[in-house]
Amino acid sequence: MLWLAEPPLGHKLNKAKTHLWDDSMKDIDYTAPRTLAEAAALLNDKGDRARILAGGTDIIVQLREHRRDLDLLVDVKNIAEVNELTFDPARGLRIGAAVPCYRIYENKDIAKAYPGLIDAVSLVGGVQIQSRASVGGNLCNASPAADTTPMLIALEATCHIAGPQGPRQLPVETFCTAPGRTALERGELLVSIDLPAPKPHSGAHYLRFIPRNEMDIAVVGAGASVVLDDKKQKCLAARIGVGAVAPTPLLVPDAGAALVDGALSDALIDKAVQAARAAAKPISDMRGTAEYRKHLVGVLVKRAVQGAIHRAREK
Amino acid sequence: MNDHTEPDQPATGKATNGNGMSRRQFMKGSGVAAAATALTQAPLLEASAAQPAAGEVPGMGPAAGRLTLNVNGQKMTTNIEPRVTLLDALRNYLDVTGCKRVCDRGSCGACTVMLDGKPVYSCSMLALEAQGKPIRTAESLVQGEKLDPVPAAFARYDAQQCGFCTPGFVVAMKAVFEQNAKPSPAEVERGLAGNICRCGTYEQMRDAIYALCNQKRRS
Ligand SMILES: Cc1cc2nc3c(=O)[nH]c(=O)nc-3n(C[C@H](O)[C@H](O)[C@H](O)COP(=O)(O)OP(=O)(O)OC[C@H]3O[C@@H](n4cnc5c(N)ncnc54)[C@H](O)[C@@H]3O)c2cc1C
Ligand code: FES
Ligand code: FES
Repeated sequence: MLWLAEPPLGHKLNKAKTHLWDDSMKDIDYTAPRTLAEAAALLNDKGDRARILAGGTDIIVQLREHRRDLDLLVDVKNIAEVNELTFDPARGLRIGAAVPCYRIYENKDIAKAYPGLIDAVSLVGGVQIQSRASVGGNLCNASPAADTTPMLIALEATCHIAGPQGPRQLPVETFCTAPGRTALERGELLVSIDLPAPKPHSGAHYLRFIPRNEMDIAVVGAGASVVLDDKKQKCLAARIGVGAVAPTPLLVPDAGAALVDGALSDALIDKAVQAARAAAKPISDMRGTAEYRKHLVGVLVKRAVQGAIHRAREK
Repeated sequence: MNDHTEPDQPATGKATNGNGMSRRQFMKGSGVAAAATALTQAPLLEASAAQPAAGEVPGMGPAAGRLTLNVNGQKMTTNIEPRVTLLDALRNYLDVTGCKRVCDRGSCGACTVMLDGKPVYSCSMLALEAQGKPIRTAESLVQGEKLDPVPAAFARYDAQQCGFCTPGFVVAMKAVFEQNAKPSPAEVERGLAGNICRCGTYEQMRDAIYALCNQKRRS
């Protein structure tokens, strides 16, 4: 596709270089800084004309379809901090923002400690996507239907951010602010996502509904994380995150609260289901009507909670 | 000859058209001309692999810069712009055409290659990102006349019609075997979930893979 409209002012378009076969992406600068400070300085300098490149499974496709217009891609994969993946049973898990999904599910300790996270990262695309796609990219792309975000919300993740004003932290449920928008300010980038260490008798589960078996965008997604008492009959704490039922992935505090209100029973889980349905503000689109999504979010929350309880009891 | 540069690469044994130039050669010819024009406008910096001077962030673009890729054990060098995908770099600049361009948007698997031992869609990453990492394409599954057991089984069981998806499927299947020599049916399905066959030869692929798995079990 050649440019149909005049390119924005200042855009370095060079028609002579537009090859037959690689013209589906406009000319762009590429840079691969080695430190967070360099990356932040570049982002600060260019503002919304620059974006981070992690696995590229969202951004490259968006650029090639002209859904985004940028002058500079800042590849962060040479920066040590965003490649860090460390698990400590006492301190928890640090997922560098550019760590691809496969590194998470291929790590046996992590897979054992965070089965709910593994559910989510194993669902992102197929193996070829998982070789590249990062949890950080999934979060920063800020799709309402991102699969890993509801699970990060249920697992009480914290976002570590670097930027020109220094580092700061945000609870993951406040990170996405609208479809495609995040709380990141000019010059800021996500460095890592930290999860607390799993508590005794805890369990988590994520599932989504898609009309195919794989490789589709969630119609609805739901993640649940529970902490049970010593007898495993009562829930001491619970968090529910849902996706594709609002402009951003949502934490549903009422659903979590409903579960800690007495001995675990179907009736208690139903209360959580009702809370999730009440919190959902879905839209109708080609994947389903709002009404359908409201029904579905209840079904999935129920199954996610049951799955989380099952895993907590198995431990 | 281990290091080849695209402009002076000889094209041997290829079908040619009227003026004695193969289609691919022609496309390359025009690419070279364009790249040469680009180079007169001095690239911002040399390719990103170059050692940066103190305080300088390595980068390049939008003009073309030098890029060396390690493809099937060979070092291959060309001039490309940063926006060129790995798939286009392999096919159109380096004449490695086993990886196919079908959807070009990261959803069909025809462009699957192994990058650093992992299957990836070469159409949805930049060629620059593959610098310094071993790349293996379907071509690596043929040694002279000898086919690797995976493509050999696909051929034996007639697991293709147009064959356009086949290089992607065999590379993805090879990746499954490299993870586990005796994969379970679920592992096979998971490993191939990112590949689509528009001709619908799944049944024959199933036969080929079943035969492969049983061979592996026996041996
Ligand atoms: C075929 C296919 C199937 C897919 N299936 C699924 C699926 O099932 N579920 C799902 O949720 N998603 C899916 N996706 C979407 C995509 O793969 C995920 O969103 C992926 O996790 C994005 O990660 P990435 O590393 O590739 O991000 P990139 O594409 O590199 O980046 C995504 C966005 O985040 C920004 N960004 C990345 N890192 C940072 C950072 N550290 N700081 C600030 N900004 C940053 C980028 O600038 C960009 O805007 C699919 C995509 C494809 C092509
Ligand atoms: S051509 Fe790359 S996935 Fe279809
Ligand atoms: S054989 Fe034609 S697409 Fe698979």
